[in-house]
Amino acid sequence: MSVPLLEVEGLTVTFPTARGPVDVVRGISFSLGRERLGIVGESGSGKSMTGRSILRLIRPPGHVSAGRLVFDGIDLLALSERRMRALRGARISMVMQDPKFSLNPVMTVGEQIAEALLTHAKLPRRALKARVLSMLEAVRINDPERVAGLYPHEVSGGMGQRVMIAMMLIPEPDLLIADEPTSALDVSVQAQVLDIIDDLVTGKGMGLILISHDLNLVARYCDRILVMNGGEIVEECRASELHLARHPYTRGLLAAMPRMDEDRDVLPVLDRGAWTTGAGT
Amino acid sequence: MIAWLLDDSPTSRLQAGLGRAWRVWTALLRNPLAVVGGLIILVLVAMAVFAPLIAPQSPVGQDLANRLMPPSAAHWMGTDELGRDIYSRVVYGARITLLIVAMVAVIAAPVGLVVGAVSGYFGGWADRILMGITDIFLSMPKLILALAFVAALGPGIENAIIAIAITAWPVYARIARAETITFRDAEFIAAVRLQGASSVRVILRHVLPLCASSTIVRVTLDMAGIILTAAGLGFLGLGAQPPLPEWGAMISRGRNFILDQWWVATMPGFAIILVSLGFCFLGDGLRDVLDPKQGEKQ
Amino acid sequence: MSATAIHLENLSISYGKTPVVHDVAFSVAEGESFALVGESGSGKSTILRAISGLAPEWTGAIAILGKPRGHAPDRDFAKVCQMVFQDPYGSLHPRKTVDDCLAEPLAIHGIGGRDARVRDMLAAVGLDQRFRFRFPHQLSGGQRQRVAIARALMLSPRVLLLDEPTSALDVSVQAEILNLLKKLRREQGLTYLMVTHNLPVVSFLCDRLAVMRHGRVVEIADVSALKTGRLADPYSRELYAASGGALQPA
Repeated sequence: MSVPLLEVEGLTVTFPTARGPVDVVRGISFSLGRERLGIVGESGSGKSMTGRSILRLIRPPGHVSAGRLVFDGIDLLALSERRMRALRGARISMVMQDPKFSLNPVMTVGEQIAEALLTHAKLPRRALKARVLSMLEAVRINDPERVAGLYPHEVSGGMGQRVMIAMMLIPEPDLLIADEPTSALDVSVQAQVLDIIDDLVTGKGMGLILISHDLNLVARYCDRILVMNGGEIVEECRASELHLARHPYTRGLLAAMPRMDEDRDVLPVLDRGAWTTGAGT
Repeated sequence: MIAWLLDDSPTSRLQAGLGRAWRVWTALLRNPLAVVGGLIILVLVAMAVFAPLIAPQSPVGQDLANRLMPPSAAHWMGTDELGRDIYSRVVYGARITLLIVAMVAVIAAPVGLVVGAVSGYFGGWADRILMGITDIFLSMPKLILALAFVAALGPGIENAIIAIAITAWPVYARIARAETITFRDAEFIAAVRLQGASSVRVILRHVLPLCASSTIVRVTLDMAGIILTAAGLGFLGLGAQPPLPEWGAMISRGRNFILDQWWVATMPGFAIILVSLGFCFLGDGLRDVLDPKQGEKQ
Repeated sequence: MSATAIHLENLSISYGKTPVVHDVAFSVAEGESFALVGESGSGKSTILRAISGLAPEWTGAIAILGKPRGHAPDRDFAKVCQMVFQDPYGSLHPRKTVDDCLAEPLAIHGIGGRDARVRDMLAAVGLDQRFRFRFPHQLSGGQRQRVAIARALMLSPRVLLLDEPTSALDVSVQAEILNLLKKLRREQGLTYLMVTHNLPVVSFLCDRLAVMRHGRVVEIADVSALKTGRLADPYSRELYAASGGALQPA
């Protein structure tokens, strides 16, 4: 981990509202090697905005500023929109929450995966097909030939999400950002999908940013965890040491979750006055 | 006062309702076109209410010595073929226009809303029958349908209103049905049903209020069309009867002199255009403010 | 307290021509908290909708507090059994204030003293009085869910059907709502039938659970079996493991 894959310094995302501009991300800094980083937080914590701003996917009137936003030696903030497009998908990919809204309903699954690859590389037809089928196999789809010919509405939620992952990983990016990749899925399917992501990421030595509201899930699949609240990083720790977390917010979140062998009569509730986030109102 | 209206924690039903209305109002004021439209409508209403004070002369008083006079200081818009002051007639005509527009809205909008809401809420056979009837009305050109009704009922302003109302409601029924279908299966409707509310109560108290804003917008935008249809009927001699100063009928009379005495037909024409535009602007502004998809966020 | 609150027998439910639930039978005692657990498409929510009257195409028998249930929503039933929905954003009328929303059930049943009742209920679900005349878009998700619970309790029902009441909420807010549900049940002696996919929530709030798969109940177990990881059915155990539980021999 000598040269970090991604360096973020003083990242701020601002949205104008009727009552003046609001910072949804407040000058956060972190760096990422070829490792698995989890960003956890509740709704409104700014975790999704952080992921999107790395890909410069924040639309106006939203505004992104940062002291440093460097990916593999490339200054992302200085890049033209055209070069940014070339980078997206090819080197940094993103998996979103719901495959239903991310897949084109009038193209077959196979065509869409092929298109994702063709945008960034020229390949003869036969090699292309072989790559698509092997990618579908890599996301553990049993009969890739048949699935490649299906339309998005013909596949289940879990399969749709695997197709999305195939699409995002086929150009072999260096960094995958997964924003709540499994929260629309059933628990048993969740584990499958995350295992696939995990295998591919570790196998190819990629970097992964897993954004989620689920502390346990992130702890299970990541090396390092950032806990966000009110647009700031309140805690950074190794995933294995999450139970040793010190910040009252993290401790509060951990305690507020019911356990499988629950014997408490009342769940402790977050006392939001117990720490200052500097978040103002 | 404004702080009271914008209070995040109102202390009474009245304050909550007024606060909402105030937010809609201020949002509307931020839209310049809507303000222009609103002013035009306001002038129309003022003209209608205070016509005797505003109009310099009687709208029906003839003065054959001064017939077909061009616009001048004495007659701002000139005089017509019977020497009547056109400006006064246009002012009094505002009453008729407003009457037609208001009556059509009062008759057509509720009918359309109820038909559409019932049709959308129940679905099935009720939907097929009601929408079948609606489609029959929609498939005929408005003016021709209105003409047929007036021909059957006899010419006159009341019959013109009824005829226009009959041609106007199907559009509102369609809109209300489409809106109703989008939230018919919503959980807040299911929740009221589970509390034991009858279908009548669900439709009247919970479905209709949600359809109302899009219908209001549509009615406002349709006002221009209603005015034009009324003018068209008047022009064809099937609406308001002489000597009533109806704008369409005035244009019709002026047609004979349009080449030499242009003002006879043009002045009421301007009035029609201006008022139609006013309603369109206001409707556009209302749509931006009231549309449930955008309005709630402001 | 041994009376039966909810009794289902040979219950099969279909949507149009598609059968969704097959031959389900279980009873919930009065004052008990019972969970229906399963993944999407297992038919667990459909059972709640049939009991409440929102899914009228069923065969078999449903009885609430000893009275057989008809196929459509009805007024008398409303006073006995109410439902709390999953999505706090979709279950409140967007143009009605909290006050309107809570007073509506009283108005439907012609119950007087609405003002005082609404105030008491707001206090009972832990909402400040200043929220009373707010519109839903001025409330957070957790506050909305409190309003939805308050609305369900306005008619003082004995049985509450809970359809994933906390799955759309943040963890910290979920804890507040779960605590509230537990407190209300203790204070008012309510019977809960809760649908959820979250096993730890069941562990916190429920006494027994039924695991469903493909429209059938595969196992009914005491919550102690869940807490100790001793569920018997292979599918239940699979679900348990996927939820992060450590399995023990059954």
